[in-house]
Amino acid sequence: MRLVPLLFAAMLVCAGPVYGQDLADVSLSDPRQEAEALALMDSIRCVVCQGQPISGSNADLAGDMRRLIRERIAAGDKPEAVRAMLVGKYGDWVTFRPQVKPATLPLWLVPLLALLAGGWLVSRRIGRRRS
Amino acid sequence: MIAEAGLAALWLAATMALLQLVLGALVLSRGQTSLGRAVAPVAVIQAALVSIAFACLVAVFVRSDMSVLLVAANSHSAKPMIYKIAGTWGNHEGSMLLWVTILGLAGATIALFERTLRADTKLATLSAQAAIALGFYAFLLFASNPFTRISGVIEGAGLNPLLQDPGLAFHPPTLYAGYVGMSAAFSFAVGALITRDVGPTFARAMRPWILGAWILLTIGITAGSYWAYYTLGWGGWWFWDPVENASLMPWLAATALLHSVTVLATRDGLRTWTIMLAVLAFSMSMVGTFLVRSGILTSVHSFAVDPQRGLFILGLLTVYITGAMALFAIRAGTIAEGNRFELVSREAALVINNLILTVVLVVVLAGTLYPLILESINGDKISVGAPYFNSVAGPLAVVLMLLLAAGPLMRWRSDRPRALIDRMAPALFAGATMLLLLAAFGGTIGYLPLVGLVAAAVVGVASIAPLWKRDLKRAPLFTWGMVLAHFGCAVSIAGMASDAAFTKENMVSVAVNETREVGPFAVTLLGVRERPGPNYQILEAVLSISKSATGAPFQMTPQLHAFTQPQMTTNQAAIKTFWNGQLYLTLGENSDGDKFLLRMWWKPFVTFIWLGGALIALGGALSLLGRVRRDIWKKQAAPAIGPVEAPA
Repeated sequence: MRLVPLLFAAMLVCAGPVYGQDLADVSLSDPRQEAEALALMDSIRCVVCQGQPISGSNADLAGDMRRLIRERIAAGDKPEAVRAMLVGKYGDWVTFRPQVKPATLPLWLVPLLALLAGGWLVSRRIGRRRS
Repeated sequence: MIAEAGLAALWLAATMALLQLVLGALVLSRGQTSLGRAVAPVAVIQAALVSIAFACLVAVFVRSDMSVLLVAANSHSAKPMIYKIAGTWGNHEGSMLLWVTILGLAGATIALFERTLRADTKLATLSAQAAIALGFYAFLLFASNPFTRISGVIEGAGLNPLLQDPGLAFHPPTLYAGYVGMSAAFSFAVGALITRDVGPTFARAMRPWILGAWILLTIGITAGSYWAYYTLGWGGWWFWDPVENASLMPWLAATALLHSVTVLATRDGLRTWTIMLAVLAFSMSMVGTFLVRSGILTSVHSFAVDPQRGLFILGLLTVYITGAMALFAIRAGTIAEGNRFELVSREAALVINNLILTVVLVVVLAGTLYPLILESINGDKISVGAPYFNSVAGPLAVVLMLLLAAGPLMRWRSDRPRALIDRMAPALFAGATMLLLLAAFGGTIGYLPLVGLVAAAVVGVASIAPLWKRDLKRAPLFTWGMVLAHFGCAVSIAGMASDAAFTKENMVSVAVNETREVGPFAVTLLGVRERPGPNYQILEAVLSISKSATGAPFQMTPQLHAFTQPQMTTNQAAIKTFWNGQLYLTLGENSDGDKFLLRMWWKPFVTFIWLGGALIALGGALSLLGRVRRDIWKKQAAPAIGPVEAPA
C-alpha cells in the first residue's frame, strides 16, 4: 500500500504544465527570460543523445530538461544557479562549458603553451636579413 | 561472383602498392635507376585495380545483393537508386574503400602528370603514397573486408534515414577527396625530405594538391554545415561536434599550409615551417578519417560505430603520425632556413597567421580529445562544447581576421608601418562605421558577435583593396582568387555574427487558424495533413505566412517523416530564403490533441555563412586555375624547368 502515495506523487510530477503550455517546446512569454533560458539550453548536453545540446534534441529527456530550465528561469532563478543544479543532478558531463578546476586546466594551458612555443619559433624567424 | 572479383582486385591492388614501395625504396637506397621507370606504371595499375574493387562494391549495392554482409546491413531493396549507390560509402568498410580508391587515383595522377619535380623526389613521393595506401589496404583486408558474404538474409536493414539525403550522398566523398589530397601533399613533403629537395620548385609542385584538397575540404565543411542546419531541424549550423571538429582540424592545417607554401614558392622562405605544416595537415586528415571511424568519439555523426576496430585504427594512426614526425625530426635540421624577413612584412603576417591557425587547431584538438583523455585517466566525464570553443577560439579568430585584412596589403620582406596604416584606412573607416551603426541600431548584442561584425566590415573592404588602382584585366587570376576567398571569409563571419546577434526565435503550441509571430512575420496554421512518401509517411503542417506590415501571404509546409526501416522520425524543416535572411519553420513531435508544436526562427543574413564558404571555395578554384595556367605558360616559356635526371 506504500505504492499509493508514490503513484500519487508520480502523478503530481507528470501532471503537466503549470503554465498552461508545455514549456519543453514553447517559449516563455518574457523575451528576456526566454533568451536567458535559450542561452543556457545551448550549453547543456542532452545526456541520452550523442553530443547534442538539449536545445537541439528530439529526445524526451531533453524536452524534460528544457521544461525544467524554463520553469526555473520563469520562477526567477539565475541561469548559473540552474546550471549548478543540473550539474549536481547529472554531473559535469551535462554542461558543455567545462568547469575550471585542476583536472580541466590543460584545456586552457595546452593552447597557451602552443601559442608561446609557436611565438618563440616565429620570433626566431623574424629579424634583420643576414648579409 | 562480383564480390569475389572485387576482393581479388583489392588484394592485387595491395600487392601493387607493396611493389611500388619496394621498387621506390630500392631505387632511392641503392640507386638502381633502371627500376625507377617501373614505379609510375605500377602506381597506375594499382589505381586501376582499386577502382575495379570499388566498382564491384557499387555493383553489389546497385543489385541489392543481400548475400553480401555490407549490403544486407546497410541497404534495402526498396530504397531509391541514388541512396543505393550512396549507401556504398555510407558505412565504415565502403568509406574506407572509397578513401583508398581516391588515394590510388591521386597516385596515378602524380605518376602520369607531375613533370616539374626532380625525378628522384617524384619517386620518393610515389613511394610515400604507396606506404600510406598499404596501411589502408591492410586495414580493409584484415579488419574490415567490405566483400564478406552472409547467407540467409532476404531483405536489408536499411540506411539511417538521416543519411537518406542528396547532400549527404556527396558529402563524405568530398571530404575524403580533401583528406586524400592532403595525404598527397604530405607525400610530396616526405619525398622532398628524403631527397633534401625543399625549395620553390617543390613548393610549386605541391601547391595544386594543397589547393585542391583545401577547396574540397572547404566545400565539404560548408555543405556539411548546411546539411546539419536543414536536417536536424533546430536551426543550428555548427555544433562543435567531434566529427565536425575532425573535418575542421585538417582544414585549419591546410589553410596554414596553403599560405606557407606560397611563401616557399614565391620567396623561398619558411622551408621547415612548410614541411612541418604538411606533416600536421596529414596527421589531422588521418585523425579526421580514423577517429570518426574508430567509435572512440560519440557524436551525432557516429552512425558506424564499431569499437572492435578501434585498436587497429589507433595503431595505424600512431604509426602514420609518429613516422611522419620522426622523419621530420631527423631531416628538419638538414633543411636550410630560407630567406629571412622583418616583423612588418607580408611573410611575417603570413607566418603569424599560420601560428594563430595552428593554435586554433590546438584548441579544437584539445577540446575534442581532452574529455576522452581525462575519462581514461580518472573516469571523470566532462563535456567540452560551444562555450569553450567560442570563448577560446573566438578571440584568436578576431586576431586572424585582422591579419587577413592587413597581410595582402603588406610588401614582401619589409614594409613601413605608416604606409600600411594609410593603405588600411578605408577598411578601418568601414569598421568604425559598422561599430557606430551597431551602437545606434543594433540593440544589445554580445561582445563576440559585435567584434565579429566589425571585423567582417574591416576584412570585407580590406580584402578587395589589393585590386584598387590596378588594371583589373591584367590582375592575375590567382590574385582574384585570393581577393574572392578573403572576401568570402568576411561574408561568412558576417553571417555567423549576424545569426548570433539578431536571430529571433519563437516556439509555440497552436491550434488550427491560430496565428503567432516571429521576427517580422505572422504565421498562421491552416491545417495538418498526412500522406505517404516514397519510403516513409509524411505529416505536414500547412502554414500561411505574411510579413507583418505588407506583402501577400505565402505558404510553407514543414514536415515530419516517419520511416519504418529502421523506425525513426526525421524533421523536414521548411526554409524560405529572403535577400536578408531565412525564415526557418519546423513541426515538432509530440503534438498534443488539437494543438501542434511549431518552432520558428527568423535568421537575418544566416545564408552569408554558406555563401561565404562558397566564395572561399570559388576563390580557391580561381587560384588553382591561375596557378596551373601560369605553370603551363612558364614551362613553355622556359623549358629549363623540365624534369631533371636522378643523381646516379
